[in-house]
Amino acid sequence: MTNRHPQIVLPDGELQKDLHKKSRRGFLLASLAAAGAVGAYKAVRLSADDNDVPWPQRRVLDFNGKLWRSYVDNDHLMPSYSASDIGFLKANGQYGLDEEDDQGNQPAWDGFQLQGPGLKPITLQLADVQSLPHHQMITKFCCIEGWSVVQQWTGARFADFTRKFLPPGASPTQYVYMATDGEDYYVGLDMKSALHPQTLLAWAQNGKPLTYEHGAPLRLIIPVKYGIKNLKRIGLIRYTNQRPSDYWYEQGYDWFAGL
Amino acid sequence: MPKLVLKHLLAIRWFHWVNFPILFLMIWSGLMIYWAYPIYHLGPIQLFPQWLFALAGLKFRLAEGMALHFVFMWIFIANGILYVGYTLISGEWRYLVPTQKTAWRDAWHVVLHDLHLRKEMPPQEKYNAAQQISYTGIIVMGLGSFVTGLAIYKPAQLFWLATLCGGYESARLIHFILTMGYIGFFAVHVGQVILAGWNNFRSMVIGWELVKEGEKS
Repeated sequence: MTNRHPQIVLPDGELQKDLHKKSRRGFLLASLAAAGAVGAYKAVRLSADDNDVPWPQRRVLDFNGKLWRSYVDNDHLMPSYSASDIGFLKANGQYGLDEEDDQGNQPAWDGFQLQGPGLKPITLQLADVQSLPHHQMITKFCCIEGWSVVQQWTGARFADFTRKFLPPGASPTQYVYMATDGEDYYVGLDMKSALHPQTLLAWAQNGKPLTYEHGAPLRLIIPVKYGIKNLKRIGLIRYTNQRPSDYWYEQGYDWFAGL
Repeated sequence: MPKLVLKHLLAIRWFHWVNFPILFLMIWSGLMIYWAYPIYHLGPIQLFPQWLFALAGLKFRLAEGMALHFVFMWIFIANGILYVGYTLISGEWRYLVPTQKTAWRDAWHVVLHDLHLRKEMPPQEKYNAAQQISYTGIIVMGLGSFVTGLAIYKPAQLFWLATLCGGYESARLIHFILTMGYIGFFAVHVGQVILAGWNNFRSMVIGWELVKEGEKS
């Protein structure tokens, strides 16, 4: 096969001259392109922050989130594991959990608030959630740091919860906001992920009631999101049509944070 | 007579030079992410010890790393697709893909030649067999990074892909190994470019290479 690429054959002096001309032009253009690229990168990185991320990057992250949100499906599940795969889950975040007192007593928990458009705020108790069908699953709990642990969770599906406690006729909202009592820690969820069949309001872990450090008495387990969205010790659930804020989103993480 | 040969087409030069800083940025931001859970060892040796992260200023930058990785991935992917598409349509792939049966043996002979253990180079066209295997392999690696990256990024939505990669942990490990592969490729590539000299390097910038009398173009 002969070289199909163009060739220039000229007397020696003219060839050198032509090469120098091409060289000058080529390196000048390359320098301009490099300077342009550095300039564009700097412009992005020095843009005003939107929740601790330069806003052009935040736009792309939000775009990614919307893209994946549209792909979330009740049939797209985190894999299930067997009991022998269960590992040790460290308690990685105590945000929003008050200190236990000197005797090791946990602060009181008087149920959680339920709010939403067209909904009279009510306080619900653990028994209200436990009156729903119970589900048990062994799934992977994925931390945004990169590690993951298989755990067994027992709880009620948030989809069942919504069906029961959202009054008939109330239109389903696009988002749901959950927070600890006092809203020291809070998460925002898209409704599709919240209504996913693996999303549980959980009260037991590996067959035992939740410990305080893991969010007793009731926490959110949502395997299609990173651990940061799996709110402990639920104090408030609010249906909303405005994208709620989120504790780690405000610290520069992706809002969607979906797996 | 000496002549000028257009060795690298304009589009190929663009794809190459766009990829260089983007891949660097993907690795750099990837290390910010890896810092949060740096578990891989070679026997007793921790591959990225804390002092190395500290030295590079990569500690406590997980959120920043993710915000870079999941933005610039778009350019990395688009550039890769355009490059492969272009080489296929233009026919440039014929120079790049080792199609000859003797490719592996030839490549080994090239390595021996480069190590001064063998005198003559095997016959070649534009690229020798070692280059062909490297330049094709790096594209396969890029595809591997794309696939394993997706599997780590969305193991629930793309559960079948994560399964295909051997699970979440396995996908993460492959993604990491491929990244180490890029660093190895880079080291060899830059070394070879330095040894090949200015005329060769210049052709990757301006396209044209000076071919002296009697030299193969």
